[in-house]
Amino acid sequence: MSEPVSRAGRTVTAGHRAPAFVADALRIAGKDLRIEFRTRSAFLAATVFAVLAVVIFRFTWDPTAIPAFDLAPGVLWVIFTFSGLLGLNRSFGLELSDRAYDGLLASQVSRESIFVGKVLANLVFVSGVQALTLPAVALFFDLHVGAAWGVLIGIVLCASLGLAAVGTLFAAIASNTRLAELLLPMMTLPFFVPLVIPAAQTSAVILRGQPLEDAMPWFKLLLAFDLVFVTACIVVFPYTIEE
Amino acid sequence: MATSAATITPGKMPEVKPVDGFLALALVAVLAVCVRAIWFTPVDAMLGAAQKIFYVHVPTAIMGLYVACGLLAVSSIGYLWIKDERLDRLAEASAEVGLLFMGIVLATGPVWARTSWGTWWVWEARITSTLFLWLLVLGYLVLRGAVESPENRARLSAVMGSLAALLVPFIHLTVKLFRGMHPGPVVLKPEKPSLPPEMLATFLMALAAFALLFFALLRVRFRWATLRDARAALEAA
Repeated sequence: MSEPVSRAGRTVTAGHRAPAFVADALRIAGKDLRIEFRTRSAFLAATVFAVLAVVIFRFTWDPTAIPAFDLAPGVLWVIFTFSGLLGLNRSFGLELSDRAYDGLLASQVSRESIFVGKVLANLVFVSGVQALTLPAVALFFDLHVGAAWGVLIGIVLCASLGLAAVGTLFAAIASNTRLAELLLPMMTLPFFVPLVIPAAQTSAVILRGQPLEDAMPWFKLLLAFDLVFVTACIVVFPYTIEE
Repeated sequence: MATSAATITPGKMPEVKPVDGFLALALVAVLAVCVRAIWFTPVDAMLGAAQKIFYVHVPTAIMGLYVACGLLAVSSIGYLWIKDERLDRLAEASAEVGLLFMGIVLATGPVWARTSWGTWWVWEARITSTLFLWLLVLGYLVLRGAVESPENRARLSAVMGSLAALLVPFIHLTVKLFRGMHPGPVVLKPEKPSLPPEMLATFLMALAAFALLFFALLRVRFRWATLRDARAALEAA
């Protein structure tokens, strides 16, 4: 691990001190992202899957029947959800080989920091895939987002935070089971309903060029979900670990 | 290992009988209510014979959606708190019996919808919420089946059960908002008519009979889980 200096003054009981908590979380996220950056296996798989899905959706669509701005939000969020799941599966899977997870748990890092670190890494992963998919959808579906790009990116980040938090928690649960990656979509998809529907509805408002006030109820729901579930997942994460 | 020594003590083990008296009573009650609903309750003038589905549909919805899911949520949170394995068995039993009751709701609903609304399925808020809840409980039970160790199974499924308790209001809000924002050719649910006394009596009897059936099945399932855990503990000893 890098930066041994910053850990020098810590005691074992100081797991919840804010600066140490954040520093530990960032260190865990950095570790996961470094592994991903060096192997690039999951990112490549998720991105290729996302672009392929956009192309396939394009061929199932009759532009004379449904306008692009009506179809695109649904396509966008279906792809984001499934490509996100590809990355989430990997999150705890990579800790299982050589029992790396036991080493992580035996370290001084608090359980909550491990979780937040994993969520941050997954958020970066999901956002990276989205950064490539969003222009692809705009290009293939000939969407004109105009000045609302900023708002759209904000909505995407908001939904991705909830997606990463809930997905990371269930990835931790799934890694303890016989079915592992098969079980993850079954458990998470019902939880993604209050994320994907508001996100798709908000994106639809933006793409149709409607006033942003129309999307406010959906946006509030999205924020409430993030607030409730990010907190709840941090609280229950330690229970997913076998003591 | 969470299975305590108390479970293995023969005195604490549930008695195994060929016929469960409580369950038999509940089944007779449900049968009696069906006979009353079909032959001794007047046919609705507006909705016709299809209205009689409600004597099964509404009581199973109340027991499956509110009681079973409530029990699942409370026992899951309780398990994380006090780690009592009986709460885990209660969560398991309520999830399974709840899945059955919600299944009945989802099966009887479309039959009524076809005759009254002219379509098998409507994406109405309450129907959609029930469907998502059914899928959620199904996912919960698949998770339980995928974990080998009893202690791990109890802990991981309790985490999912507690989060599901938080999710239900969000799902309901989402589907309500979704429907609210899409006005159009939606066949609206008719206003609940005030029931005539005979119908109300049948409905209340049906509610009592299905409540009886719910708790009888819950008890059978809970006892079965106790025996299974006791056997696992004996095998491990």
